Amino acid sequence: MIVGSQIYKRYPGGFEALKNVSFEIAGGELALVGGHSGAGKTTLLKLLSAIERPTSGSLVVNGQNLVALRPAALPFLRRNLGLVFQDQKLLFDRSALENVLLPLEIIGLAPREAQRRARAALDKVGLLAREKTNPIALSGGEQQRLAIARAVVNRPTILLADEPTANLDEESARQVLDLFIAFHQVRVTVIIATHAPQGLFPGMAARALTLRHGMLIA
Amino acid sequence: MKAWLQQHLAALVRAARRLTDSPLSALLSILAIGIAMALPAAGYLCLDNLKALGANSGSAQQMSLFLDADANEKTRADIEKRLEALLPGQWRFISRDAALRQMEANEGMAEIVASLPKNPLPDAFILEPDDADPEHLEALRATLGAWPGVAHVQLDSAWIKRFDAFLRLGRLAAHLLAVIFAAGLIAVTFNTIRLQVLGQAEEIEVARLIGATDAFIRRPFCYLGVLQGALGGLTAALLLLAGTLALAPPVSRLAALYGSAFVLRGPSFLHALALIASGASLGWLGAQLSVRLIRDQ
Repeated sequence: MIVGSQIYKRYPGGFEALKNVSFEIAGGELALVGGHSGAGKTTLLKLLSAIERPTSGSLVVNGQNLVALRPAALPFLRRNLGLVFQDQKLLFDRSALENVLLPLEIIGLAPREAQRRARAALDKVGLLAREKTNPIALSGGEQQRLAIARAVVNRPTILLADEPTANLDEESARQVLDLFIAFHQVRVTVIIATHAPQGLFPGMAARALTLRHGMLIA
Repeated sequence: MKAWLQQHLAALVRAARRLTDSPLSALLSILAIGIAMALPAAGYLCLDNLKALGANSGSAQQMSLFLDADANEKTRADIEKRLEALLPGQWRFISRDAALRQMEANEGMAEIVASLPKNPLPDAFILEPDDADPEHLEALRATLGAWPGVAHVQLDSAWIKRFDAFLRLGRLAAHLLAVIFAAGLIAVTFNTIRLQVLGQAEEIEVARLIGATDAFIRRPFCYLGVLQGALGGLTAALLLLAGTLALAPPVSRLAALYGSAFVLRGPSFLHALALIASGASLGWLGAQLSVRLIRDQ
């Protein structure tokens, strides 16, 4: 469950990226955060993943108010969030498998179990055959799927994705979106920021949060 | 506990991998640390050898105890008993007649001795205490001088004090050198780790985003500092050993010319361990200072 209440985000210099934003997203829901460029989608995702903090208001994620969260508690909150970025943020000095292993190393999982889970995650996104490949040798769609595997390997309760299909061709984008549907179907809360939410998930009841100039209009 | 150990082991492996990823730069850093540690360590080793040389020379802690000219057999026996209790096996007696004979044997002294109306020399004891500490020798001299029947106790304290002062000065210089080079070692490690932190900025950012704690992120860098310092310490020990092996034969030959059996001592196994441990500790300290950058990033 995510509850945002009267959230404001003001950056140094006075620019207000979010103004009086309030919303609720239930556990297991699929939510699409839409809006034009600069509407505040990425800012909202940054607040949800505790990369940034609201200037005022309250934002409760998994029962924790992110406004009052101690810095030491941040890593433990993030272990329950799966983050997928537009630029994937993959590490190019290690293999695909090692990229997926990283979150498991962080939680101190036994190496054998970590390998098993990482391979299962790669299998889920269709990249098991390329586990030893350096991500730089993967296509854009494969890189995004690898980023999703890394985001879900810890079995997070919430999956946040910022423009995950922005740089992908139609087929790759479809494969990526199908993965999000699969995780939504197993009760993972999926929140996707996209500038074009219409028709992204045809025939599915996706929750729409539309931002315009930092304000939630729907 | 198992997970904690696994994380430390993984961090150690990652640190070792970072060292081997850039072997030339790692080798140069380790060599710089090794040389920085070898210089003060060589100073300490040199002082230890000088101390051993001083102790070896015999006269360094020799004392002469002269009895009263009219001291009788009973007085002599009494002093012998006291000396055996105080310095067992570290003394020998030279009778006044033996001393005169030794004097006569010296070139040009026979005529002088022959012209003397009577033997002017007293009975004497030559003492060679194991403990050559100047303060201890001074205290011993005062004690012996107070015994009945003792006329005079002679100690070549000036020589001992000069030698001891030289050793103290040398030790102080070695301490200062050690502090300066320790600071250098910390600076080298700090810089190496700082460059590593900057080079791994992307990985640090990603790790943070997926839930890594600061401790998790810092751990491999700390291990890198420890590994680099420990290898630097090992290099220093090997440099000292090589130096000792090269110098020992000519030093022994020189000592033999002066009638001494002195042998140059190199670093012991414990010395090597101490160097490795010091290097690891200083490396850890440098890394600790450097990884603060991660928090500030």
